[in-house]
Amino acid sequence: MADLILKPNLAQADDVYADLLAAHEGLSKEDSDALNARLILILANHIGDRAVLRAALDAARTAAPAG
Amino acid sequence: MNKIFEIPLYPYTRSPDQDAQTPARRKVVIVGAGPIGLAAAIDLAQQGIEAIVLDDNDKVSFGSRAICFAKRPLEILDRLGCGQEMVDKGVVWNLGKVFFGDRKVYEFNLLPEEGHQRPAFINLQQYYFEEYLVNRARALESEGAPIELRGQNKVLKVTDRGDHTELLIDTPEGQYTLEADWLIACDGAGSPIRAMMGLDFVGRVFEDNFLIADVIMDADFPTERWFWFDPPFNKGQSALLHKQPDGVWRIDLQLGWDIDKEEEKKPENVIPRLKAMLGEDVKFDLEWVSIYTFQCRRMEKFRHNRVIFAGDSAHQVSPFGARGANSGLQDTDNLVWKLKMVIDGTAPDSLLDSYDAERVHGADENILNSSRSTDFITPKSETSRIFRDAVLDLSEKYEFARPLVNSGRLSVPCTYDGSPLNTPDALPGGPARTRPGAPCPDAPLGNGFLLGDLGDRFTLLTIDAEAPDTLDESGITVIRLALSGADDATGALAARYLGDAKSAVYLIRPDQHVAARWDSFDETATRAAIRRATGQE
Ligand SMILES: Cc1cc2nc3c(=O)[nH]c(=O)nc-3n(C[C@H](O)[C@H](O)[C@H](O)COP(=O)(O)OP(=O)(O)OC[C@H]3O[C@@H](n4cnc5c(N)ncnc54)[C@H](O)[C@@H]3O)c2cc1C
Repeated sequence: MADLILKPNLAQADDVYADLLAAHEGLSKEDSDALNARLILILANHIGDRAVLRAALDAARTAAPAG
Repeated sequence: MNKIFEIPLYPYTRSPDQDAQTPARRKVVIVGAGPIGLAAAIDLAQQGIEAIVLDDNDKVSFGSRAICFAKRPLEILDRLGCGQEMVDKGVVWNLGKVFFGDRKVYEFNLLPEEGHQRPAFINLQQYYFEEYLVNRARALESEGAPIELRGQNKVLKVTDRGDHTELLIDTPEGQYTLEADWLIACDGAGSPIRAMMGLDFVGRVFEDNFLIADVIMDADFPTERWFWFDPPFNKGQSALLHKQPDGVWRIDLQLGWDIDKEEEKKPENVIPRLKAMLGEDVKFDLEWVSIYTFQCRRMEKFRHNRVIFAGDSAHQVSPFGARGANSGLQDTDNLVWKLKMVIDGTAPDSLLDSYDAERVHGADENILNSSRSTDFITPKSETSRIFRDAVLDLSEKYEFARPLVNSGRLSVPCTYDGSPLNTPDALPGGPARTRPGAPCPDAPLGNGFLLGDLGDRFTLLTIDAEAPDTLDESGITVIRLALSGADDATGALAARYLGDAKSAVYLIRPDQHVAARWDSFDETATRAAIRRATGQE
């Protein structure tokens, strides 16, 4: 089982980030939320490892102060 | 023509127990002649144990209610002597279609595994299901089996007397008192017995209402299960269409939480909804209409001294996944052989605690599955709806998303992993599906099927292995069923019971669950496993 990678792992970080923003450009909040959800599901399937996904959920949950 | 659910099938007649000077004492009294109470009574009576069924009504279930019956309950009904009628009358289906908005997103085939006598599912109205059980009970009665159905016998009070339970019963001719060595409470989700005993029933209510309509129509919809998420004819909600025998169709329409139930049930409100769904020109008659809210909950314990709860009285699930009656039949399948052994004195009273352990485990599995289906079908937050819709959108295009679509995970039997009755697995290379605790999968054998040769007693199944033909241990006789590669023309037996092993010996319980398995016969180990499976170790 692979560990969740939390060290830099994107060779072209700025490009990837720009791709994300570009995909959402011009979308309503509703369409953006839907796109994000589809993206998460596609990536989750690609990762295909529940333990890694749970570690990712934990990392996401604890990265920002609770709202 | 009168509907079967309008005819009294077990009308009230006076029992001599009502005139007894001192209250009559009966071996097993069952409260409730629903599917679960009837199954319990048949199982007991065909094994020679007296079973008296009391019901406050005298007819089968009003309207269809349950319609989907899965393979495992059908196998249990085979053991009870009435599986064939159900399958002959029922509608077998394998294809399902899922719609989202105005488009079909995908279709699936249940693709049932080959080599089983019974289909994966049949659709059959609950009133037929109960009618066939009543017929079977009557047939047993006429053969002299100790079974009796008492209609219009309403239980008013139960009192725990330590070594028996006392019941106060109301009838059209007044009240009487009856004593029961054992009481099985199959009195449904609203269980008055549970309430009389002050027992809890906790869980989760789903804040949603569903309109359930059974309509009779000559329509050329195929024999498939159609499920809609957010269809144009029921915006923002879900819908289901499913076929039953006699040209009856089940329609479920989700209505939401803030509705006026009495208004919604009126034909003038139901008919336009159905027309919007079926088309203006389709002619149909309403057979039964009801509005439901769903709950998932269970009792903390199913056994309370000499009162044992089974079926909906013990646990309730939402209908998505058809786990209500299907799991209730697994309750009585689990309970009856244990109760018989305790009554016969061949096992200690504590064996009944394993009913609690095993069926609470089963109920939790069913509640988990049906809660998840309900959460998918009726998302409770904006975010859960966004994810749900994302899954549906993706499922049209990408195969990976289809297993995530949850319009009901169809009922499969529970494996009693971790049960105190199991002996640790000792069959290296054996298939996981037949590990100790698992229900035996069927397999073709010559002209018949394996499951027909199992059940009602302990069996030692040997495949290419030696063992004595019978074995007596602590008052229990175990009979060998000797099979070899020659009986297994299709290879299904080897695939399901041997895996990578060359030979196998299985100890199988009366409810067709695996208690222990080895690669060859070892007398000491087998004797220990028998004692363990009967609560004596
Ligand atoms: C809309 C709907 C769809 C469903 N679909 C499915 C499905 O597809 N598959 C499936 O497996 N399950 C399904 N179910 C669930 C199924 O109907 C129940 O799980 C099943 O009826 C439970 O059987 P039971 O014998 O435990 O209780 P019940 O059928 O409720 O029977 C209880 C009996 O006890 C009697 N009783 C109550 N109180 C007393 C008293 N004080 N004295 C004497 N008698 C009393 C009642 O008259 C009744 O006859 C569905 C349910 C609903 C509502």
